[in-house]
Amino acid sequence: MGIANSVLEAVRTEMRLHPGTYPCKVGVRIGEMAAIDQEALRFCFEAMIQETDLEALELGIEVCPRRHRCQVCGHEFVVRDYDSRCPQCASLQTTCISGDELELAYLEVEEYGASAVGTKSTQ
Amino acid sequence: MERVPLERKVLSENDRIAAELRARFQEHGVLCLNLISSPGSGKTSLLERTLETLLRRDRVAVLTGDIQTENDAVRLKRFRFPVKQITTGGTCHLDARMIERHLADWKLEDLDLLLIENVGNLVCPSSYDLGEAAKIVVLSVTEGEDKPLKYPSIFFKSDLLVLNKIDLLPYVPFDIEAAAENARKVHPGMEIVKVSCLTGNGLHEWMMWLGERRRAHKSLVQQSAS
Repeated sequence: MGIANSVLEAVRTEMRLHPGTYPCKVGVRIGEMAAIDQEALRFCFEAMIQETDLEALELGIEVCPRRHRCQVCGHEFVVRDYDSRCPQCASLQTTCISGDELELAYLEVEEYGASAVGTKSTQ
Repeated sequence: MERVPLERKVLSENDRIAAELRARFQEHGVLCLNLISSPGSGKTSLLERTLETLLRRDRVAVLTGDIQTENDAVRLKRFRFPVKQITTGGTCHLDARMIERHLADWKLEDLDLLLIENVGNLVCPSSYDLGEAAKIVVLSVTEGEDKPLKYPSIFFKSDLLVLNKIDLLPYVPFDIEAAAENARKVHPGMEIVKVSCLTGNGLHEWMMWLGERRRAHKSLVQQSAS
Protein backbone atom coordinates (compact mmCIF):
# COMPACT_ATOMS: atom_id res chain seq x y z
CA MET A 1 0.00 0.00 0.00
CA GLY A 2 2.86 2.36 0.85
CA ILE A 3 4.53 1.61 -2.46
CA ALA A 4 1.30 2.16 -4.42
CA ASN A 5 0.81 5.42 -2.58
CA SER A 6 4.34 6.54 -3.42
CA VAL A 7 3.76 5.77 -7.09
CA LEU A 8 0.56 7.84 -7.09
CA GLU A 9 2.25 10.70 -5.25
CA ALA A 10 4.98 10.71 -7.88
CA VAL A 11 2.35 10.79 -10.64
CA ARG A 12 0.63 13.78 -9.02
CA THR A 13 3.93 15.60 -8.57
CA GLU A 14 4.93 14.95 -12.17
CA MET A 15 1.54 16.07 -13.51
CA ARG A 16 2.14 19.57 -12.18
CA LEU A 17 4.83 19.86 -14.85
CA HIS A 18 2.42 18.94 -17.63
CA PRO A 19 -0.54 21.33 -17.52
CA GLY A 20 -3.36 20.63 -19.94
CA THR A 21 -2.77 16.90 -19.92
CA TYR A 22 -3.97 13.95 -17.90
CA PRO A 23 -2.03 10.77 -17.04
CA CYS A 24 -2.92 7.50 -18.80
CA LYS A 25 -0.29 5.06 -17.70
CA VAL A 26 2.57 4.93 -15.24
CA GLY A 27 5.40 2.44 -15.71
CA VAL A 28 7.41 0.97 -12.84
CA ARG A 29 10.41 -1.36 -12.81
CA ILE A 30 10.53 -3.97 -10.09
CA GLY A 31 13.50 -6.19 -9.44
CA GLU A 32 12.80 -9.78 -8.48
CA MET A 33 14.81 -9.15 -5.30
CA ALA A 34 12.84 -6.03 -4.39
CA ALA A 35 10.33 -7.89 -2.20
CA ILE A 36 7.39 -6.45 -4.09
CA ASP A 37 4.55 -8.74 -5.03
CA GLN A 38 3.20 -7.58 -8.38
CA GLU A 39 -0.34 -8.69 -7.75
CA ALA A 40 -0.45 -7.05 -4.33
CA LEU A 41 0.89 -3.82 -5.79
CA ARG A 42 -1.67 -3.90 -8.59
CA PHE A 43 -4.46 -4.60 -6.13
CA CYS A 44 -3.47 -1.70 -3.86
CA PHE A 45 -2.98 0.59 -6.84
CA GLU A 46 -6.45 -0.19 -8.24
CA ALA A 47 -8.03 0.24 -4.81
CA MET A 48 -6.39 3.61 -4.28
CA ILE A 49 -7.35 5.17 -7.61
CA GLN A 50 -11.00 4.17 -7.43
CA GLU A 51 -13.31 7.16 -7.44
CA THR A 52 -10.44 9.61 -7.75
CA ASP A 53 -9.28 11.80 -10.62
CA LEU A 54 -6.72 9.09 -11.44
CA GLU A 55 -9.32 6.35 -11.86
CA ALA A 56 -8.37 5.68 -15.52
CA LEU A 57 -4.66 5.43 -14.77
CA GLU A 58 -3.04 2.20 -15.86
CA LEU A 59 -0.11 0.58 -14.10
CA GLY A 60 2.64 -0.97 -16.22
CA ILE A 61 5.03 -3.31 -14.42
CA GLU A 62 8.35 -4.43 -15.82
CA VAL A 63 10.05 -7.16 -13.82
CA CYS A 64 13.86 -7.05 -13.77
CA PRO A 65 15.78 -10.27 -13.13
CA ARG A 66 18.71 -10.54 -10.75
CA ARG A 67 21.89 -9.98 -12.75
CA HIS A 68 25.45 -10.61 -11.65
CA ARG A 69 28.82 -9.62 -13.08
CA CYS A 70 31.73 -12.03 -12.81
CA GLN A 71 34.71 -10.46 -11.07
CA VAL A 72 37.07 -12.81 -12.87
CA CYS A 73 36.00 -12.71 -16.52
CA GLY A 74 33.59 -9.76 -16.53
CA HIS A 75 30.71 -11.79 -17.94
CA GLU A 76 27.23 -10.50 -17.04
CA PHE A 77 24.43 -13.01 -16.59
CA VAL A 78 20.95 -13.59 -15.18
CA VAL A 79 20.90 -15.53 -11.90
CA ARG A 80 18.37 -18.35 -11.83
CA ASP A 81 17.50 -20.49 -8.82
CA TYR A 82 20.02 -18.57 -6.71
CA ASP A 83 22.87 -20.04 -8.70
CA SER A 84 25.31 -17.12 -8.79
CA ARG A 85 28.17 -19.08 -10.36
CA CYS A 86 29.49 -17.53 -13.58
CA PRO A 87 28.20 -19.66 -16.50
CA GLN A 88 31.25 -18.72 -18.55
CA CYS A 89 34.20 -19.41 -16.22
CA ALA A 90 32.47 -21.11 -13.24
CA SER A 91 33.85 -18.55 -10.78
CA LEU A 92 31.85 -17.97 -7.61
CA GLN A 93 33.21 -14.45 -7.31
CA THR A 94 30.32 -12.58 -8.85
CA THR A 95 28.59 -9.41 -7.71
CA CYS A 96 25.01 -8.39 -8.02
CA ILE A 97 24.51 -5.51 -10.47
CA SER A 98 20.72 -5.37 -10.68
CA GLY A 99 17.56 -7.02 -9.47
CA ASP A 100 16.46 -4.89 -6.55
CA GLU A 101 14.95 -2.06 -8.60
CA LEU A 102 11.91 -0.24 -7.35
CA GLU A 103 11.83 2.55 -9.88
CA LEU A 104 9.46 4.80 -11.74
CA ALA A 105 10.21 4.37 -15.43
CA TYR A 106 7.78 6.58 -17.35
CA LEU A 107 4.46 8.36 -17.37
CA GLU A 108 2.19 8.52 -20.42
CA VAL A 109 0.17 11.69 -20.63
CA GLU A 110 -2.56 12.76 -23.04
CA GLU A 111 -3.72 16.26 -23.85
CA TYR A 112 -7.24 17.12 -22.75
CA GLY A 113 -9.58 17.19 -25.73
CA ALA A 114 -7.68 14.45 -27.58
CA SER A 115 -9.86 11.65 -28.95
CA ALA A 116 -11.60 9.63 -26.25
CA VAL A 117 -10.44 6.50 -28.05
CA GLY A 118 -6.94 5.77 -26.89
CA THR A 119 -7.30 7.29 -23.43
CA LYS A 120 -6.34 3.84 -22.28
CA SER A 121 -3.05 2.57 -23.55
CA THR A 122 -3.33 -0.62 -25.52
CA GLN A 123 -0.19 -2.11 -24.00
CA MET B 1 0.04 10.56 -26.27
CA GLU B 2 3.39 11.53 -24.85
CA ARG B 3 5.67 9.31 -22.81
CA VAL B 4 7.64 11.18 -20.15
CA PRO B 5 10.65 9.38 -18.70
CA LEU B 6 10.63 9.47 -14.89
CA GLU B 7 13.77 7.48 -14.03
CA ARG B 8 13.77 7.78 -10.30
CA LYS B 9 13.15 5.51 -7.37
CA VAL B 10 9.61 4.92 -6.24
CA LEU B 11 10.69 5.62 -2.67
CA SER B 12 12.89 8.58 -3.57
CA GLU B 13 11.37 10.74 -0.81
CA ASN B 14 12.09 8.06 1.79
CA ASP B 15 15.59 7.61 0.35
CA ARG B 16 16.24 11.35 0.55
CA ILE B 17 15.39 11.45 4.27
CA ALA B 18 17.38 8.24 4.86
CA ALA B 19 20.42 9.81 3.19
CA GLU B 20 20.09 12.85 5.48
CA LEU B 21 19.85 10.59 8.52
CA ARG B 22 22.88 8.60 7.36
CA ALA B 23 24.88 11.81 7.00
CA ARG B 24 23.84 12.90 10.50
CA PHE B 25 24.77 9.51 11.96
CA GLN B 26 28.12 9.75 10.22
CA GLU B 27 28.72 13.29 11.45
CA HIS B 28 28.07 12.30 15.06
CA GLY B 29 29.75 8.91 14.86
CA VAL B 30 26.55 6.96 15.56
CA LEU B 31 26.40 3.35 14.36
CA CYS B 32 22.79 2.67 13.38
CA LEU B 33 21.57 -0.91 12.96
CA ASN B 34 18.14 -1.97 11.67
CA LEU B 35 16.83 -5.29 13.07
CA ILE B 36 14.27 -7.07 10.91
CA SER B 37 12.44 -10.40 11.30
CA SER B 38 9.03 -12.06 11.21
CA PRO B 39 6.84 -11.40 14.24
CA GLY B 40 8.02 -13.51 17.17
CA SER B 41 11.53 -14.38 15.98
CA GLY B 42 13.07 -12.68 18.98
CA LYS B 43 14.15 -9.17 18.03
CA THR B 44 13.06 -7.73 21.35
CA SER B 45 14.65 -10.60 23.28
CA LEU B 46 17.91 -10.09 21.41
CA LEU B 47 17.80 -6.40 22.28
CA GLU B 48 17.06 -7.22 25.94
CA ARG B 49 20.09 -9.48 26.13
CA THR B 50 22.18 -6.89 24.33
CA LEU B 51 21.21 -3.98 26.57
CA GLU B 52 21.73 -6.18 29.62
CA THR B 53 25.33 -6.78 28.51
CA LEU B 54 26.19 -3.23 27.47
CA LEU B 55 27.63 -0.74 29.91
CA ARG B 56 26.39 2.69 30.89
CA ARG B 57 29.26 4.30 29.01
CA ASP B 58 28.16 2.55 25.81
CA ARG B 59 25.80 5.41 24.96
CA VAL B 60 23.12 3.30 23.30
CA ALA B 61 19.56 4.16 22.35
CA VAL B 62 16.74 2.07 20.93
CA LEU B 63 13.81 2.85 18.65
CA THR B 64 11.31 0.02 18.59
CA GLY B 65 8.51 -0.22 16.05
CA ASP B 66 5.15 -1.92 16.34
CA ILE B 67 1.76 -1.51 14.78
CA GLN B 68 0.12 -1.14 18.18
CA THR B 69 1.08 -1.08 21.92
CA GLU B 70 4.03 0.23 23.88
CA ASN B 71 4.84 -3.26 25.16
CA ASP B 72 8.30 -3.56 23.62
CA ALA B 73 9.41 -0.15 24.84
CA VAL B 74 8.25 -1.07 28.36
CA ARG B 75 10.33 -4.28 28.18
CA LEU B 76 13.40 -2.44 26.92
CA LYS B 77 13.22 0.59 29.24
CA ARG B 78 14.15 -1.62 32.22
CA PHE B 79 17.78 -1.36 31.15
CA ARG B 80 17.81 2.42 31.63
CA PHE B 81 19.00 3.32 28.17
CA PRO B 82 16.90 5.78 26.16
CA VAL B 83 14.11 3.83 24.43
CA LYS B 84 11.28 5.13 22.30
CA GLN B 85 8.35 3.23 20.88
CA ILE B 86 7.27 4.01 17.33
CA THR B 87 3.64 2.99 16.96
CA THR B 88 2.86 2.92 13.25
CA GLY B 89 -0.92 2.60 13.67
CA GLY B 90 -1.29 0.03 10.92
CA THR B 91 1.75 0.47 8.73
CA CYS B 92 3.69 -2.79 8.45
CA HIS B 93 7.19 -1.24 8.38
CA LEU B 94 9.17 1.74 9.64
CA ASP B 95 10.11 4.48 7.21
CA ALA B 96 12.82 7.12 7.34
CA ARG B 97 10.43 9.91 8.28
CA MET B 98 9.29 8.01 11.40
CA ILE B 99 12.92 7.66 12.45
CA GLU B 100 13.60 11.35 11.82
CA ARG B 101 10.56 12.36 13.85
CA HIS B 102 11.35 10.11 16.79
CA LEU B 103 14.98 11.22 16.92
CA ALA B 104 13.98 14.88 17.10
CA ASP B 105 14.45 15.29 20.85
CA TRP B 106 17.53 13.09 21.22
CA LYS B 107 20.98 14.57 20.82
CA LEU B 108 22.93 12.41 18.40
CA GLU B 109 26.20 13.67 19.86
CA ASP B 110 25.25 11.80 23.06
CA LEU B 111 24.99 8.48 21.21
CA ASP B 112 27.39 5.90 19.79
CA LEU B 113 24.93 3.19 18.89
CA LEU B 114 21.33 3.38 17.72
CA LEU B 115 19.44 0.10 17.51
CA ILE B 116 16.22 0.11 15.53
CA GLU B 117 13.76 -2.74 15.95
CA ASN B 118 11.57 -2.78 12.86
CA VAL B 119 7.95 -3.95 12.76
CA GLY B 120 7.75 -7.77 12.59
CA ASN B 121 7.60 -8.40 8.84
CA LEU B 122 10.10 -9.89 6.40
CA VAL B 123 8.78 -8.13 3.32
CA CYS B 124 8.15 -4.37 3.40
CA PRO B 125 10.91 -3.34 5.85
CA SER B 126 13.44 -4.49 3.28
CA SER B 127 12.32 -1.74 0.86
CA TYR B 128 12.60 1.17 3.30
CA ASP B 129 16.05 2.56 3.95
CA LEU B 130 16.22 4.06 7.45
CA GLY B 131 19.72 5.50 7.10
CA GLU B 132 21.19 2.49 8.91
CA ALA B 133 24.78 1.31 8.50
CA ALA B 134 23.54 -2.27 8.28
CA LYS B 135 20.41 -4.37 8.36
CA ILE B 136 20.36 -7.46 10.55
CA VAL B 137 17.85 -10.23 9.92
CA VAL B 138 16.72 -12.52 12.75
CA LEU B 139 15.35 -15.98 11.95
CA SER B 140 14.26 -18.42 14.64
CA VAL B 141 14.46 -22.20 14.46
CA THR B 142 10.70 -22.55 14.87
CA GLU B 143 10.34 -21.11 11.37
CA GLY B 144 11.21 -22.88 8.12
CA GLU B 145 14.82 -23.26 7.03
CA ASP B 146 13.70 -22.24 3.51
CA LYS B 147 12.75 -18.73 4.65
CA PRO B 148 15.83 -17.16 3.01
CA LEU B 149 14.64 -18.59 -0.32
CA LYS B 150 11.06 -17.46 0.23
CA TYR B 151 11.98 -13.94 1.31
CA PRO B 152 15.28 -13.40 -0.50
CA SER B 153 15.26 -9.61 -0.48
CA ILE B 154 15.80 -9.14 3.23
CA PHE B 155 18.46 -11.86 3.43
CA PHE B 156 20.18 -10.34 0.42
CA LYS B 157 20.22 -6.87 1.95
CA SER B 158 21.20 -7.82 5.51
CA ASP B 159 24.82 -7.96 6.62
CA LEU B 160 24.18 -10.47 9.38
CA LEU B 161 21.80 -13.36 9.99
CA VAL B 162 21.04 -14.09 13.64
CA LEU B 163 19.65 -17.61 13.98
CA ASN B 164 17.74 -17.44 17.24
CA LYS B 165 16.15 -19.95 19.66
CA ILE B 166 18.84 -22.60 19.10
CA ASP B 167 17.93 -24.03 22.53
CA LEU B 168 14.84 -25.45 20.76
CA LEU B 169 16.84 -27.33 18.12
CA PRO B 170 16.41 -30.75 19.79
CA TYR B 171 12.64 -30.35 19.70
CA VAL B 172 12.00 -29.00 16.21
CA PRO B 173 12.72 -30.43 12.75
CA PHE B 174 14.86 -27.46 11.77
CA ASP B 175 18.00 -28.14 9.78
CA ILE B 176 20.27 -25.31 10.88
CA GLU B 177 22.96 -26.09 8.31
CA ALA B 178 20.36 -26.03 5.50
CA ALA B 179 19.12 -22.66 6.79
CA ALA B 180 22.66 -21.27 6.72
CA GLU B 181 23.22 -22.72 3.27
CA ASN B 182 19.98 -21.18 1.97
CA ALA B 183 20.94 -17.79 3.40
CA ARG B 184 24.31 -17.99 1.65
CA LYS B 185 22.67 -19.05 -1.60
CA VAL B 186 20.78 -15.77 -1.57
CA HIS B 187 23.65 -13.79 -0.08
CA PRO B 188 27.02 -15.42 -0.73
CA GLY B 189 29.39 -15.00 2.20
CA MET B 190 26.66 -13.79 4.59
CA GLU B 191 27.78 -13.62 8.21
CA ILE B 192 25.76 -15.82 10.56
CA VAL B 193 25.59 -16.12 14.35
CA LYS B 194 23.59 -18.78 16.17
CA VAL B 195 22.12 -17.72 19.50
CA SER B 196 19.64 -18.55 22.20
CA CYS B 197 18.33 -15.47 23.94
CA LEU B 198 16.88 -17.79 26.57
CA THR B 199 20.02 -19.66 27.61
CA GLY B 200 22.52 -17.04 26.45
CA ASN B 201 24.23 -19.57 24.21
CA GLY B 202 26.00 -17.89 21.27
CA LEU B 203 25.35 -14.38 22.54
CA HIS B 204 29.07 -13.91 22.95
CA GLU B 205 29.48 -14.26 19.14
CA TRP B 206 26.72 -11.73 18.59
CA MET B 207 28.34 -9.24 20.99
CA MET B 208 31.70 -9.85 19.27
CA TRP B 209 30.11 -9.04 15.90
CA LEU B 210 28.53 -5.91 17.36
CA GLY B 211 31.82 -4.85 18.97
CA GLU B 212 33.69 -5.40 15.73
CA ARG B 213 31.14 -3.34 13.84
CA ARG B 214 31.36 -0.54 16.38
CA ARG B 215 35.15 -0.44 16.18
CA ALA B 216 35.11 -0.48 12.36
CA HIS B 217 32.52 2.29 12.30
CA LYS B 218 34.50 4.40 14.74
CA SER B 219 37.69 4.19 12.71
CA LEU B 220 35.75 4.96 9.53
CA VAL B 221 34.24 8.06 11.13
CA GLN B 222 37.65 9.14 12.46
CA GLN B 223 39.22 8.65 9.03
CA SER B 224 36.61 10.74 7.25
CA ALA B 225 36.89 13.45 9.93
CA SER B 226 40.67 13.78 9.61
